[in-house]
Amino acid sequence: MALQDKYKELTDAATAAGVGNLQVREQGGVLYIDGEAPSGAVKDNLWNIYDKIDPNFLSGDLVMNINVSAAVPGAKVKVVTEKSNLNIRKGPGTDQPIVGKAAHNEIITLVSKSSDQWWLVRTNDGEEGYSYAQYLAPVE
Amino acid sequence: MKRTFNQLLRVFILFALVSVTVISCKPKIKDTDIESKIQANTALSSIVASVKDGVVTLSGEVKDDAEKAMVETTVKAIEGVKQVVNNCTIAPPPPPPAPPVITADDPLTKGITDALKDFPKVKATAADGVITVTGETTKAEWKKIKMALDALHPKKVIANELKIK
Repeated sequence: MALQDKYKELTDAATAAGVGNLQVREQGGVLYIDGEAPSGAVKDNLWNIYDKIDPNFLSGDLVMNINVSAAVPGAKVKVVTEKSNLNIRKGPGTDQPIVGKAAHNEIITLVSKSSDQWWLVRTNDGEEGYSYAQYLAPVE
Repeated sequence: MKRTFNQLLRVFILFALVSVTVISCKPKIKDTDIESKIQANTALSSIVASVKDGVVTLSGEVKDDAEKAMVETTVKAIEGVKQVVNNCTIAPPPPPPAPPVITADDPLTKGITDALKDFPKVKATAADGVITVTGETTKAEWKKIKMALDALHPKKVIANELKIK
């Protein structure tokens, strides 16, 4: 229970912000928090609280997996790379050949989710392939 | 003097008798009145109560001991209740949440490769579900990396050897 107390502010904030399917479990000295945030801003806020409680996430006692529920097939997603183009690949993995690119800040379409990490996307030019989900944010 | 005392005693006894009569003449509270008061109380909505001669028998399911005691206190406070027989049962605790599923090392290693592609100075390995991160990075990058690694469902992420500039 000690870890649930340590991260209580985080789980309380998640509940208050309406994070869906929120699961909080403690096992083997690690707290696991999973859930679906209603927006990217809610997810960011939770990560900021995590950083405040455990500066630089170095304690190794929390695994937090918060997805943004707005990212559903058919939704528009924005390319949120640092500044470079986003690779679109033939299959889900960095070992797969690159079949296209989407520009930084370009808005493309989420076709389906192959996994939490790899999403099948379609550009406005009709190029289709897999991109790394962390570089895609649902347009709100 | 003695006569005065006797008179006083008589007056006192009379007064005492009248008082007792008045008290016992108070309108008797009907069992049905008690029942309807219990039913009207929303805090007792999960409780079934039967009343006989002012004795209330409670049954139904409550959350815990505290609620069971609260229910009993509430019913006892109702006018006309002489005794409460508390047969409420405590509901079994909800089943514990499903344990976290930890990703096997092979898919975890592949996930790490994908997650770290754009961060060449950071290395990470997976062993028994535990990801150990080394190398150096910036605070902003590390946040992105940690987000990506946590999403792979590892057992834990150890990064105390990581240099954050």
